[in-house]
Amino acid sequence: MASGDALIEHLLRRAGFSAGSDELASYSALSYTQAVNRLVYFESVADTVDSNLGQPGFLGTTSQGPFSPDTLISDARQRWLFRMVHTNRPLQEKMGLFWHNYFATAYSKVAGSVQALDGARLMNTQIDLFRTLATGNFREILLAVAKDPAMLIWLDGDTNTKAAPQENFGRELMELFSRGVGFYTEDDVYAAARVFTGWNLKRPSSLTDPDGAFSFAYNANQHETTAKTFSFPVYSNGSKTIPARAASNGMQDGIDLITALASHPETATRLVTKLYGFFVSETVPPDPGFISSLATTYLQNDTVLKPVILQILTSGQFRDSSVYFTRYSWPAEFLVRAIKETGWTGLSAGTCLTPLVNMGQDLFEPPNVAGWPLGQAWFSTGAMLARMNFASSLAANQKFRLATAATAANSSPTALVDFLADRLTVDLSSSVHSDLVTYASAGGAWTGSDTQLQAKAPGIVHLILGSAEYQFV
Amino acid sequence: MKRRTFLKNGVAAFTLSFAAPAFLSDLARAQGATRRNLIVLDLSGGNDGLSMLIPYTDSFYYSRRPTLGVPAGTVLQIGSDSSGKALGLHPKLTGLKDIFNQGRLALIQRAGYANSSRSHFSGTDIWSTANPSNTTGSGWVGRYMATLPAPLDPLAVWNTTGDTPHVLQSATVAVASIPSITGYAFNSPNSGTEATYEKAAAVSIASHVPVDKPHVAFVSTTAQAAMATLSRVASVGTYKPSVTYPNNGFGQALQAIAGAMAKGIGTKVFYLQTGGFDTHSGQDTTADAGAYVKLMVTLNAGLTAFYNDVQNLGMMSDTLLLSFSEFGRRISENGSKGTDHGAASVMFAMGGGVRGGIYGTAASLNLDPQNPTLENSAGDVHYETDFRSVYAKVIDNWLGGDSVGVLGGNFKKTGIEFV
Repeated sequence: MASGDALIEHLLRRAGFSAGSDELASYSALSYTQAVNRLVYFESVADTVDSNLGQPGFLGTTSQGPFSPDTLISDARQRWLFRMVHTNRPLQEKMGLFWHNYFATAYSKVAGSVQALDGARLMNTQIDLFRTLATGNFREILLAVAKDPAMLIWLDGDTNTKAAPQENFGRELMELFSRGVGFYTEDDVYAAARVFTGWNLKRPSSLTDPDGAFSFAYNANQHETTAKTFSFPVYSNGSKTIPARAASNGMQDGIDLITALASHPETATRLVTKLYGFFVSETVPPDPGFISSLATTYLQNDTVLKPVILQILTSGQFRDSSVYFTRYSWPAEFLVRAIKETGWTGLSAGTCLTPLVNMGQDLFEPPNVAGWPLGQAWFSTGAMLARMNFASSLAANQKFRLATAATAANSSPTALVDFLADRLTVDLSSSVHSDLVTYASAGGAWTGSDTQLQAKAPGIVHLILGSAEYQFV
Repeated sequence: MKRRTFLKNGVAAFTLSFAAPAFLSDLARAQGATRRNLIVLDLSGGNDGLSMLIPYTDSFYYSRRPTLGVPAGTVLQIGSDSSGKALGLHPKLTGLKDIFNQGRLALIQRAGYANSSRSHFSGTDIWSTANPSNTTGSGWVGRYMATLPAPLDPLAVWNTTGDTPHVLQSATVAVASIPSITGYAFNSPNSGTEATYEKAAAVSIASHVPVDKPHVAFVSTTAQAAMATLSRVASVGTYKPSVTYPNNGFGQALQAIAGAMAKGIGTKVFYLQTGGFDTHSGQDTTADAGAYVKLMVTLNAGLTAFYNDVQNLGMMSDTLLLSFSEFGRRISENGSKGTDHGAASVMFAMGGGVRGGIYGTAASLNLDPQNPTLENSAGDVHYETDFRSVYAKVIDNWLGGDSVGVLGGNFKKTGIEFV
């Protein structure tokens, strides 16, 4: 349906958040390989997006006072949406969202421990960490997450002591962050809890202390020093036991365990399968050979993810048109794509926050450590109405701009529908297309006047954004 | 703390057309041979049963929980179980104690299963599917609903949370998810006749269910169900309750349930959830601001308001609320003044058809590794009543179904005739 390069549009929906017309044109000028490289090697593109906050021509923000994303969670949410809409490093921002779901940490518990201001700061710090390590070495990501202040609070690492080892982080490290359910035992959980004893949080002496940031601190006095034995190998010689160590050296226990977990084949398979579901398809099952090849790439590259993602995006599986529009969009993806494709001038990110909650994805507030339930789970009746109603608000907000843009397509109801369907990069069935033309034709003779366009263009945009087809990326 | 495993064939696709909806559709009325409903309450995170139903004469309870033990003098004593163990409700459960005294609250101790999962996600899946050995299938409530004559009304199952919980999933029964009644509306960027054209177009667009694209068909049918249920759900928003519900998510969900019952929109099963039970640290069972105290206050205030409101509606005899949680918690407190993941715990049932009382026997909390009421080196409570036996009672005695078929086995058990 869309007149642009369908493969480039597919790439941008998956490795980014789709694109407005100017951005799409800049990618369409590249070869596919060049476009992938621009997305994957994002370090070579300057990250200037934050400097556009508050500037005319960009998505707006609404704050209670001075915009302060580092200390107010609603501003932090707006800044993230702004970055998703306007970043010139789409894949980096997309991986931030992937990791936010993978290492799902909720602001409410963090703020409950350190108050709202530092809660927002620590959540921002965590997302920045995910941006920095977006496609980096998974071992380093796990290690950074294990020391991340928000995570130390979220999974109670800050209270993990030798007298009473805390199981929360150790369990989720194996269940959700690496090997997966069925590949560890309860005894492994108890051992992992002891491994991370003393991986605590340093709290500032006072909240007004300018240097008093929350940070990770290894507390040797609280480390349990005896040997820890697992059901799986921890060392390359096959040993399953982390040896007893002096407390002063005990932090090495956790580094050893994370190093082992990151390079286990179970972790490799689990992680690349999740990346397949994220980038390629949720409805077309992966070819086992492809998964195995991706896992091999991961392991042969010392657990670095960039080669894996590059392999995915350049694969025949990813490029096959049968996988276009076969992933259920996350609410944040739906919302950002709708904004990028419809228009944003005069719109505030502040008005997007409640709709996102109603659609089921309150950023910085995943329902639990396993993240959001994906796929069909996004699509309850209530959540579907929330998507349709955001579409309505957006179309109303962009009413005049849409009508102006559609002036060139005012020759007939069909021309208007085709113009808007192209703008929204959607693959509509002929029956839906026919319904839209019927709607565009309803209520009197077609004149193509500004008044008619100001009613029909937002009406059509609303209906397309609320259609089943548009819910897929 | 839940993660859902979705069925391979997807959650129920609508294939019927929704022409019916008046307030109580003929379909709903035809299926309403009984007006009985079931409300499934998920205490998400792993409820610490030992802080809810307290064995206040067990010295090990206090020695193993030096900071978390609820002082014996403050518990709400409700008598003893059949083994003679004295028990009391958490001090904040005053309304539930009244309901207990009216004989309308049953507490089923040590509900669980062998080799209890300590994972939030596996545990929730097991309690939802009623199948500890394979949790990829449908939910037990979904399977029960699938035994009713098809087609089911799209509001037969009302989920008050945003996404469909595993317990309600089935291959053939659709679930209406309605976290907010006011948000359950169709808006338009236009007004007047233009908006009317748009709504008609939206209904038509949602009616296309492409057979060659099951994923698109799934979303279409969801949109179709949404459009078909707008007016009936809106009617619930006009409900004026006879009591004031707490202004929190749990209280508001209960008010919506009472409203749906009062407006007679035909819903048979409701699901709601209240979270925060994953009390690894700072569990604090006694201070007013304590984490577990707040959980009990929320639970008590919501359920008490609901009980009184439904009583005033004259509908309590048609109402049964059943709670579950993915696991209980470790008996001994940890170094963070919290409790880690454990095994068996307490379930409760509330309603007009409930035979109130204490069912099952409390664990002895002594640290002897041979203690048969405990497991995991006397660390956790061992189950006495298979949770599926509790479900079986509800299916057979309340819903009039066949528990053997729904649960895939005979879990009928005597001694827990709570309904």
